[in-house]
Amino acid sequence: MSIRVGHTADKASFPILAHTILKDDQTRRNVRHATDVIRAKRALRVEEMPDWEQLRTSGHAIKTHTLEHLPYYLEVFEKNCIAAGGQVHWARDADEANAIAIKLIRAAAAKVEPEKTKPEVIKVKTMTSDEIGMNAALEREGIIPWETDLADMIVQMGKDEPSHIVVPALHKNRHQVRELFLENMGLTELGTEAADLAAAARMYLRKKFLEVEIGVSGANFAIAETGSVCVVESEGNGRMCVTMPKTLITLIGIEKVIPKFQDLEVFLQLLPRSATGERMNPYNSIWTGTTAGDGPQEFHVILLDNGRTRMLANTRERETLNCIRCGACLNACPVYRETGGHAYGSIYSGPIGAILSPQLNGMEHSRSLPYASSLCGACYEVCPVKINIPETLIHLRGRIVEADQKTLAGKLSQENLGMKMAAHLFEHPRQYEAAQRLARTGQGLFEKDGKLVNLPGMAAGWTQFRDLRALPDQTFREWWKKRKSKTEANA
Amino acid sequence: MAVVNLLERLGHEVVFPLAQTCCGQMHYNTGYHAEALPLVKRLMDEFRDAETIVVPSASCVAMMRDHYELMAHNTNDAAMMSEVKSFLPRVFEFSELITDKLGLTDVGAYFPHRVTYHPSCHSLRLLHVGDRPIRLLQGVEGLEYAPMEGADQCCGFGGTFAVKNAEVSSAMLNDKLVCVKKSNAEFVAALDNSCLMQIDGGLHRESAGQGGEGRIRPVHLAEILNSTRANPLTNESLSWDEATV
Repeated sequence: MSIRVGHTADKASFPILAHTILKDDQTRRNVRHATDVIRAKRALRVEEMPDWEQLRTSGHAIKTHTLEHLPYYLEVFEKNCIAAGGQVHWARDADEANAIAIKLIRAAAAKVEPEKTKPEVIKVKTMTSDEIGMNAALEREGIIPWETDLADMIVQMGKDEPSHIVVPALHKNRHQVRELFLENMGLTELGTEAADLAAAARMYLRKKFLEVEIGVSGANFAIAETGSVCVVESEGNGRMCVTMPKTLITLIGIEKVIPKFQDLEVFLQLLPRSATGERMNPYNSIWTGTTAGDGPQEFHVILLDNGRTRMLANTRERETLNCIRCGACLNACPVYRETGGHAYGSIYSGPIGAILSPQLNGMEHSRSLPYASSLCGACYEVCPVKINIPETLIHLRGRIVEADQKTLAGKLSQENLGMKMAAHLFEHPRQYEAAQRLARTGQGLFEKDGKLVNLPGMAAGWTQFRDLRALPDQTFREWWKKRKSKTEANA
Repeated sequence: MAVVNLLERLGHEVVFPLAQTCCGQMHYNTGYHAEALPLVKRLMDEFRDAETIVVPSASCVAMMRDHYELMAHNTNDAAMMSEVKSFLPRVFEFSELITDKLGLTDVGAYFPHRVTYHPSCHSLRLLHVGDRPIRLLQGVEGLEYAPMEGADQCCGFGGTFAVKNAEVSSAMLNDKLVCVKKSNAEFVAALDNSCLMQIDGGLHRESAGQGGEGRIRPVHLAEILNSTRANPLTNESLSWDEATV
């Protein structure tokens, strides 16, 4: 098995990546501006919904039910998709999915693009294909992938990585995008307004839409009842990708299946309002198998596991698979607001990335991510399918500590010893009080003008950036005891 | 001390069981679930006979309400579960106690200062205390309440997050400090000493070398409610030097 999430396994830990980004004022300004704008739009579109909480409850209930019966619904989807003219392939992991895609693209290219020495595909935004590193896999095989989602195209041109699950180029501003376009589109002139950039992208992409005969898409929902696939987007480029090519290959994470067509009623309200603050998406594409003389004549679905089934066993972990990739938790997160997505070292960033990446990938990777949160709860508050992200973060921290405590290095780590010592003192109040007195004496070593400076060990993290008051001469406990004995003496 | 003095002034008997220590939140939230369990059990033990339990820290109450039952459930401990069921209804966060249990918004306090309020994340999103603390502030004679921009934004403390991700934590703190200062308040109040320690640490660092003059003072809501004409809370009683004389 080769389960992996992008390049997560090779990335440094969150605090190290964050350190670099915190020094990058331009990126931080871009992230702050973009998240503030989307957050405000979302708030507006959620406030106007009298039944928002019921919708969230419904979304959670449908997802919970589906995940409890996932094998059943996947097979129903497969049966109905095949009946409608589609072909369904099952991939256990990233390598298997890429191998299937490559084989399908080669076969299709021989039929529909025989004149090309290098087969080409046009892609509509799919995070799942980034998860399995599809573009790199295709390029290794001499296949050229063209990202057609505007933001994904910017990321591809910049040899960059997505920093947001809905707005992958959120860390770039207009001027940086303009530079990329000038460099990559062979242009000599280009205006600076958003409309100029959009027009340039339109010209550039239109050619691809007309020339390339193989499309690759992801999916927002796979509907078991009808075997249909649903993709929502804002640009219309996705609509081109799923309708114009002769062959369409759609990569779907197995958690994306929903039981009934009518369930879209709930999700197509929750998703656009949460993701982009729109009442509905400008483009909602739903297709079912193939139709003679209309749209792609060959349609393949690749159903991807890549670590998902092992998350099904535990109810707390399973809930993460409720995610409909709206990105609301990223926009609401005060940590993401400071660091942007690249600090998470995964294509899945922000609060949902902090729980999804380590679970998909295995806890040995991304182990700093469950700690990349102040547990403020803003993510849970906005999640349209009620994933209790803070609770899941705490659960994953528990798994990390449990695993560490089984190793000698983990047992002897400063943190573990400190936590054990603190727990011991909290269980023995007299020793706790003695420790307070001892700390008051000991703090003289670090005290300067009433504050503690340059504390050793883990506490250094505090005093590096903030001041800490020295312990007072009299603790509350001492005050209480003195007061009590006075009252008793008076009586 | 302010909680004790205030409740006594309001005519209640206050008991502080000296054997109590920690609610277990630090261990639990950092992933030390096994270590947190005995702390939780002994805390409930210490308060078995208490009629009403007041906790002047919203995040401790959130720990109790959100996790005690879950811990009993996860360890399949029926005895602990029944303890939790008896314990939780008696627990009140400080502002809940004053408004809900005692039915007061005016406790006879006097504090002639401009005060802004930081709703700590756990009081806001886990306990849903809503506008209780603000109603209490507005019931204080002489107090001018100054709303805070970006009030619901985390101060960046987050328990061990503050040291494990110290740099990000302090970046979040800097955002919070901008909002605190924009309010033009003399004091910033909260229901959690942990947030106050974070905000205090940032404000003090910022004013390094400039003396304490004009610095905004973090203060627990209870300290404001405990301030009266006869016995007012002053800047001096909150100063850093005082604490270490």
